[in-house]
Amino acid sequence: MMDRRLWREPSFDLVGKVLRVNWLYVLLLCVLAGVGYATLYSAGGGAAEPYATRHAMRFGIGVILMLAIGMVDIRVIARLAWPAWLGGVILLVLVLRMGHVGKGAQRWLELGGLQLQPSELMKLALVLALASWFHRASRERMGNPLFLIPPIVAVLIPVGLILKEPNLGTAAITAMLGGAIFFAAGVRWWKFVLVLLPLPFLAHFAYGHLHDYQRARIDTFLHPESDPLGAGYNIIQSKIALGSGGMWGKGYLQGTQAHLDFLPEKQTDFIFTIIGEEWGFAGGIAVIGLLGLIILGGMLIALRCRNQFGRLVALGISCNFFLYVFVNIAMVMGTIPVGGVPLPLVSHGGSAMLTVMVGFGILMSVHVHRDVEFGSVRDDR
Amino acid sequence: MKRDGERTGVFTRRALLTMGGQAAVLGTLGVRLYQVQVEQGARYNTMADENRISARMIAPPRGRILDRFGLVVGGSTTNWRAVLIAEQANNIPATLDAFSALLPLSEYERARIDRELHRHRKFIPVLIREFLTWDEMAAIEVNAPDLPGIVVDAGTSRSYPYGDKLAHIVGYVAPPNEEDVADDPLLGLPGLRIGRAGMEKFHDLGLRGRAGSVQLEVNAVGRVIRELDRQEGVPGEDVGLTIDAGLQEAVLATLGDESASAVVMDCRNGEVLAMATNPSFDPSVFNSGVSQAQWLEWTKDRRTPLINKATSGLYAPGSTFKMAVALAGIEAKAITPADRIDCPGYLDLGDTRFHCWRRGGHGMLDLRGGLKNSCDVYFYEVARRTGIDHVAAMANRLGLGVELDLDLPGQRPGLIPTREWRIGHGHAWNIGDTIVSGIGQGFIQVTPLQLATYVSRLASGRLVQPHLTRKLAGAMQPGAEPEDWPLLGMSEKLLHNVREGMWAVVNEQGGTAPLARLADPAVQLAGKTGSAQVRRVSRELRESGHFDSEKLPWEYRPHALFVAYAPYDAPRYALAVVIEHGNAGAAAAAPMARDIMTQVLRRDPANRTEAPSAQVAEAVP
Repeated sequence: MMDRRLWREPSFDLVGKVLRVNWLYVLLLCVLAGVGYATLYSAGGGAAEPYATRHAMRFGIGVILMLAIGMVDIRVIARLAWPAWLGGVILLVLVLRMGHVGKGAQRWLELGGLQLQPSELMKLALVLALASWFHRASRERMGNPLFLIPPIVAVLIPVGLILKEPNLGTAAITAMLGGAIFFAAGVRWWKFVLVLLPLPFLAHFAYGHLHDYQRARIDTFLHPESDPLGAGYNIIQSKIALGSGGMWGKGYLQGTQAHLDFLPEKQTDFIFTIIGEEWGFAGGIAVIGLLGLIILGGMLIALRCRNQFGRLVALGISCNFFLYVFVNIAMVMGTIPVGGVPLPLVSHGGSAMLTVMVGFGILMSVHVHRDVEFGSVRDDR
Repeated sequence: MKRDGERTGVFTRRALLTMGGQAAVLGTLGVRLYQVQVEQGARYNTMADENRISARMIAPPRGRILDRFGLVVGGSTTNWRAVLIAEQANNIPATLDAFSALLPLSEYERARIDRELHRHRKFIPVLIREFLTWDEMAAIEVNAPDLPGIVVDAGTSRSYPYGDKLAHIVGYVAPPNEEDVADDPLLGLPGLRIGRAGMEKFHDLGLRGRAGSVQLEVNAVGRVIRELDRQEGVPGEDVGLTIDAGLQEAVLATLGDESASAVVMDCRNGEVLAMATNPSFDPSVFNSGVSQAQWLEWTKDRRTPLINKATSGLYAPGSTFKMAVALAGIEAKAITPADRIDCPGYLDLGDTRFHCWRRGGHGMLDLRGGLKNSCDVYFYEVARRTGIDHVAAMANRLGLGVELDLDLPGQRPGLIPTREWRIGHGHAWNIGDTIVSGIGQGFIQVTPLQLATYVSRLASGRLVQPHLTRKLAGAMQPGAEPEDWPLLGMSEKLLHNVREGMWAVVNEQGGTAPLARLADPAVQLAGKTGSAQVRRVSRELRESGHFDSEKLPWEYRPHALFVAYAPYDAPRYALAVVIEHGNAGAAAAAPMARDIMTQVLRRDPANRTEAPSAQVAEAVP
């Protein structure tokens, strides 16, 4: 088999792998983290403390972690897919039982001083598990509805647990992420239609069962001006900050909304607002472009990969990143309800940085092992 | 590999579709960003400025109130206050306890401080104690290490150097209420006061000035970051009074302990030179709020310290009214000055007998004699012949029983009854009412200020109005020249009849007020006494011969009045004195009028531009 031959190639040792790393992609990530550093410097009131320095250190650790994971054989990762899924589910159950309650929901686990948000890890594990399930699936098997039941269950279990936290936004993102992999794996269009059709009715039904704060969030989103000092305050102040930035912005460190504390959570969820206020539309669209390039890079890695597992994983990780970006930016512009989703590599926060970099590490592994072809995940011992 | 290739094809198509979707979504975000930032940018920019820029008003300094010679009678002084800035105190109760050990704070004050600390943000100073003395400030400064968060700052408060002596004229200021603040947001500034009485009230807008403004950049919790722009306000303008503060003091000294009032006017132009009312109150008390006990003491005092007797005290004018009756009679051609009327000591009208003050009567009297002797029967008869409507019209024309054009709030118009008024109240007008009106009794009620105006008009022949404002912002106001006032429309000859009578009252042998005669024979004073009964004296009591008003309880004794002007040959100063329950005008009020007029002539405020020297002011008559 070709993979065995490749494996024995002298160049495919550690040095060979390092040479196969997509360094351009790493550079893009560094640029994005640099944008994050500069913005957090501004959010800290024109000082590296308390945000920017820690952000840089975390990113440094994250890059090492990413490269280390990138060296791990893709087949090892594929073998770890289902155990990872199981681990994720166990963590989600744990978080429901003993998790840290913040803002009315149990989302965080304290693990040796590290705050862990299991739902973020779960998304990566889900991508791996689904990619592994569809890795060897033939067209005939794909056509068999029974074959689709296990992966659907694999999606619904974590989604259900995340909903119970309750974290509506992440549950929706997780479900969409699963859907993206089903779609890329080649599930028929009409099956998607069949699943999506009853959604509006489900949504109406679900609204009645939402927690008050979730309902309030949707209501404020629909009418932010109705409660300018309450729940609508964040959205209004964020839009004022963005809008007052205009075309070219107020200048670096000159954002009045950010520096006079009108912006809530400016160093985390609303970091994009500072960029928009200080650099204007020009800066905002540049950052969106940069984020787009990173998504595009991930998708290109998927397209260049020669094994189905790697392709699906790369696509899943890119889609995950894309969903982060979309939800965060749409949220700060008041286009979708506020959801507590950070802007990856820009927002301040260790746990999110960690999971994002783990994801990029797996993406890097896909890229490093793009030419590896392997059969069934289990066959290949 | 075919199967794998087919699968790759499907993946590639779907991945490309996914990328297209992602591109579309990111593009939409870009468009949305453009809408928010560029298309609606101006609107949001305004909102951002509204967020960060806080316009605050700067209180302008309140204008001063000066007397006619420029002495400050209402000004501002520094008010040293102790304030607490919560964020600078690490333990607020401990700081307050330490403060309380130096300057005890009552439970009430502690509760107010706690309330305000709770209400305001931590960087806003909360008032702990104001009007600190030097000793108290020193105590705070020395113990500053034990008082973290306590800061002494300087505010302003209103001061009245003449205190109760000018309280009723200058008035006072007090904290504004919510309605006032709704009218003028400037009043919402901490420490700002609004004029509540007197000149402080009448000229409040001018004294207040125009607020300046400062634009501050503030953060989300309202803390000031920096000053962006400042526009100075316009200080309140000074108000110059017609009052001579030194004369006011002299007049009050003359009134002594009597519950009394006296008004001195420049009879040629209506300038009020002194307007004394006794007792009075300390106006600065209103600055910080009046205690319940103080208020009760004032309001329960039967000598009414809070009422300006000169403008709001209503008294029957008594015999001082007789000049008006005489002029009404002559003008209505009911009498001539030479007509003689017999006074047997009473006038019978039907069943009723009206007595003269002199039991034996005066015999035959002309006008001059009637005034000189203040014969009641003479004026009963004049009033009877003239009729009440002519008398009332003349009285009103001379300034009695009408609202004067006075620049001081709170004046009462008094009353000159007419037939119409009486019928309007559901009664018939009796001839007896006309008779008693002839000697200024019955329903007639006037104020001391009206009496002074009345004498001014008699003496000057001009329709002067009393006024207190001489200068605004340093500029003379109209009304200072005699020519600013129209003529009364009575001939000098007509007026001479009553002036001569008033001269005789004081300066002629047998006049009723020899005690009012001035010491300096070169200057003569013309005047008229008056006694106003406050209770009807029953016939039995009068005829029993035991009637002696001095034996009555204080509040039933008649009021003593005296009106005067001087010099007789070139009238300049008019004066009215009313002593509540002072018994007889001739005995009680006339000597006071003489003393006051002596002071007035010595100081001669109308002919000076600077306050007289201490020598002049302190010379005792």
